[in-house]
Amino acid sequence: MRIELTVNGTRREADDVWEGESLLYALRERLGLPGSKNACEQGECGSCTVYLDGTPVCACLVAAGQAQGREVTTVEGLAGEELDPVQQAFVEKGAVQCGFCTPGFLMSTKDLLERNPEPTDPEIREALAGNLCRCTGYEKILDAVRAAAVAKR
Amino acid sequence: MDFLAPTSWAEALETKAAHPDALPVAGGTDVMVELNFDHRRPAALLDLTRVPELQEWSRDAGRIRLGAGVTYSRVITELGGALPGLAMAARTVGSPQIRNRGTVGGNLGAASPAGDSHPALLAAFAEVEIASVRGTRVVPVAEFFTGVKRSVLEADELIAAVRVTPPAGPQQFCKIGTRNAMVIAVSAFGFALHPDRRVVGTGIGSAAPTPRPAPEAAAFLAGELEAAGLWDSRGPLPEGLATDFGRRVRDAAAPIDDVRGSAAYRLHALSVMARRAATWAWDSYRDENRSAAA
Repeated sequence: MRIELTVNGTRREADDVWEGESLLYALRERLGLPGSKNACEQGECGSCTVYLDGTPVCACLVAAGQAQGREVTTVEGLAGEELDPVQQAFVEKGAVQCGFCTPGFLMSTKDLLERNPEPTDPEIREALAGNLCRCTGYEKILDAVRAAAVAKR
Repeated sequence: MDFLAPTSWAEALETKAAHPDALPVAGGTDVMVELNFDHRRPAALLDLTRVPELQEWSRDAGRIRLGAGVTYSRVITELGGALPGLAMAARTVGSPQIRNRGTVGGNLGAASPAGDSHPALLAAFAEVEIASVRGTRVVPVAEFFTGVKRSVLEADELIAAVRVTPPAGPQQFCKIGTRNAMVIAVSAFGFALHPDRRVVGTGIGSAAPTPRPAPEAAAFLAGELEAAGLWDSRGPLPEGLATDFGRRVRDAAAPIDDVRGSAAYRLHALSVMARRAATWAWDSYRDENRSAAA
């Protein structure tokens, strides 16, 4: 089937989408947007986090057909002329090791700071509970989230 | 595979009648895992996210009618006060991303013995509103589950809503897992005091082939509270009563050993959770009295 959706502000179409296919597969394999990572395919790891109509979701758990006509924002849509303050903070604080989980952490962090500009540490941990870093670089990630919160003020 | 995307409730029911083998999908947090892992290849997916009627909740004759497509995130933000037990359960679901998609209706439809909503709905004596082109029927949650991942739903039926009465007394929800986030319950327990009817509500999760109440334990606790005049006096629980209640809840379970935990551990955890839930709820009930007197 064909799906039409808005991705990072641009109307996009994908053909030959299999009816049981995930939005993650459609983004990566049909629309050329590999920023959202494919790891667990069961919603555990958060590395495929995108915004669906502004709400963070695991793209691996959204059927591509469910995104028909919807607005999707991926990690590729975060930066404008310059990096998003959240991206900049991850760079400056060394919150990236292998980098595989980073797109998901960026999306979850940006959403957190838009809802809650001054999160406490427990609030940060709760907001990032659905994102796993197998390098276990959580301390630097927490540093980056705190720094991004300050930078965005 | 077909992808069916009705845009109204009437159309959804007609579509399900015409395609009884279509698998309903709402948030996709269960269904898409099965598709991604090749565990299931349904003839069709029936996408319910475009049916506006399912995304609403309303108050109707003193009850909350919760549309099957309302997400856990919305239960937490919009119904934390009216449905405290269900909201406590919703807060333990997965992660923010999962709570933004997962729905109470979907949880019921999957009918997993480990579904997080189920103990809270059982303790609240909630009812499931089931519809088809043939009509609507209402089934108590305690009668909804028929086996592991099986329910009373017929092939042409869809879950329309859950009906829950906002509680007259405190509710509690406990869940044991290997961490707080992103876990399927090793076992779970829902508890509600219904002082208006002098009844206790219970719900056991992940410790039997289906979610189930513990009616004998509930009747025992309610009877002891009645006999000691505690519903009125709101005095402290007699020593050992909560522990005895916990043992009786444990005796209502029928768990198995599996990768998440042993049957023995689940039984022990249930007795502890039930004792704690009853104690916490009773303390809240006593506090209500103290704040009313102040």
